[in-house]
Amino acid sequence: MAEAVLRLEDVTMQFGGVVAVNDLSLEVNEGEIVALIGPNGAGKTTAFNCITGVYEPTNGRVLFHGEAIVEGYPQGRMRAQYKGENLGKYANTIRYTPDRITRRGIARTFQNIRLFKALTVFENVLIAKHMRARQNVFSAALRLNAKEERRMRDEVKLLLDAQNLAHLKDHVASSLPYGLQRRLEIARALATGPSLLLLDEPAAGMNPQETQELAAFIQELREEYKLTIFLIEHHMDLVMKISDRVYVLDFGNLISHGTPDHVQSDPRVIEAYLGVADDAED
Amino acid sequence: MTKKTHRLTAAALLALMFAMIIVLEQIIKPTDAAAMLLTVLKKSSVYALVAVSMNLLNGFTGLFSLGQAGFMLLGAYTYAIFTIPLADREFVYQYYDCVVHFSFPEALGSIMGGFGALLGVALAVILAGLVAAAAAWLIGLPVLRLKSDYLAIATLGFAEIIRAVFQWGKLGPVTNAANPLKNYVRLNFFRLSIGDTTINLSAFASVMMATLCIGAIVLLVNSSYGRAFKAIREDEIAAEAMGLNLYRLKQLAFCISSFFAGIGGAMLAMFANTVQANNFKAAMTYEILLIVVLGGIGSISGSCISALLFIFSSEWWLRGLDSGRFLGIAAPSVFRNGFRLVVFSLIIMAVVLFFRRGIMGDKELPYAAGRLWGRLRAFLAKADRKAGEPNG
Repeated sequence: MAEAVLRLEDVTMQFGGVVAVNDLSLEVNEGEIVALIGPNGAGKTTAFNCITGVYEPTNGRVLFHGEAIVEGYPQGRMRAQYKGENLGKYANTIRYTPDRITRRGIARTFQNIRLFKALTVFENVLIAKHMRARQNVFSAALRLNAKEERRMRDEVKLLLDAQNLAHLKDHVASSLPYGLQRRLEIARALATGPSLLLLDEPAAGMNPQETQELAAFIQELREEYKLTIFLIEHHMDLVMKISDRVYVLDFGNLISHGTPDHVQSDPRVIEAYLGVADDAED
Repeated sequence: MTKKTHRLTAAALLALMFAMIIVLEQIIKPTDAAAMLLTVLKKSSVYALVAVSMNLLNGFTGLFSLGQAGFMLLGAYTYAIFTIPLADREFVYQYYDCVVHFSFPEALGSIMGGFGALLGVALAVILAGLVAAAAAWLIGLPVLRLKSDYLAIATLGFAEIIRAVFQWGKLGPVTNAANPLKNYVRLNFFRLSIGDTTINLSAFASVMMATLCIGAIVLLVNSSYGRAFKAIREDEIAAEAMGLNLYRLKQLAFCISSFFAGIGGAMLAMFANTVQANNFKAAMTYEILLIVVLGGIGSISGSCISALLFIFSSEWWLRGLDSGRFLGIAAPSVFRNGFRLVVFSLIIMAVVLFFRRGIMGDKELPYAAGRLWGRLRAFLAKADRKAGEPNG
């Protein structure tokens, strides 16, 4: 079998005495849409932050296309406090800042939309192109990078066209309605040229109609940009509809994983999550 | 209007401004009351540049730094030390043995004459900026890990340390310790002698230098790097997730801002008769911060306009309030020393109350002018309709 795009090995994230994510191992294969679900506070976003370099995991390793991008083991005071398993299995510290992880091809969106609010839609997306542009501060200030700048602008125009945002390109990001802000955030993530897209609750705050459209949109993204998608979501109908596989977290522990059907009928999941989610399904 | 006509308009306006300054400089004699206009113009060009450089950091990158006076000091000293004529060094460094035996204008002037001297001055100014930028790089290593208020306190502290170090007796052979540096190349250096007539270009030179530097900052702000700075201001976490290297970009903004503050310091040295570390107090940084806030955080033209208004009011228009006679009213018992500051503070309060986000907000002059023009046209059209109604 080919190497997984993303593989988490025994990732544990402990804040002081609180274990937010415990011994999480999972993999996301090329071209898959995989969902990470779980009740509030289960540690889903923490897991995302461990992958993207925002947090340094207490123990464990993250591999991207077979290459370790994050690795950590308990050090200093944490050695005595550590409550997890697999102590001694990892002995390296690999830590990239989030920008370097983005550069390798992992793009993400945020649970509470984080756009550059005072900038226009066009500028928001254009900023994502900065990291791969061949220029330095002198060539940029003296406009010697005109060709590069034009290429960046053309790419952004194409992307906005494809995302149906072109007519809004000069609007200030904060003036967009909520649903479009989410679309813009995804477009901005795509502009970094990722091979893996992490979506943190893309359907949060959307009504059922919008959620359905989003489901189709995410599937389109996968086809069009040859993406692998890993998402956190609370809307069960969305998750069950588009995911190839589902992982379920509860209090930081992985309690079940498999196809949507398998997860839905797993008694542990029903007990931890779907049992109470009958009322709160949307 | 298209982009091209915008540019042409801007260039024409700038050329007109420079022509006016040159003409004024020839007409106004140093003894005239209007000579104050030129003095104030020179000083405000310095403050405009430093305010814009501070705005690059505080307004565009979102780093609240208060080190401007320290970097100006570095620039002023570097410039002065490298332009004092060798023959005058013994006189200037009267208590120390000067160890720097090099003057850019002299060294190049001896090879290339007048043009060489000018080139030497330019090199000294650039060196002033580079020294300030290098210091900023070093200070930035520990300090840029801090955020908001903490960054402000740390940079303010470093500026004060720089000021103290430059007054240290052990450094006397280089900095002349607490004694002033003088006899370096000043603004009156900029003049053209053709036969008997002398064309005075000191105000022109000062405004020109400020314009070039501010132009460079404008180009930077509108480039890909400027966008990256704004992204950091808007949301650091999102900026980092978009692949922007926060630390390197912050360091870059800090160094560039300090580079231009250093050049501003060199220009201030040229404007004044002497350079003395004691003059670069934190109060100077606060003045510049005030200019930035009044002009609008994130607006370059706002900083320029506000620097002009600030210096013109504090140095010229409101002078009468301190010396007994203001707007033709003679009231020596009220208009006494210090009254000017009372009025000045009231004006500032009024500006802050009525223009919450500064004079320009975060908009630039062309935008504001466009809106004003639009309103004027709407007003004229309305007046037109009114005039037409009774007949029709």
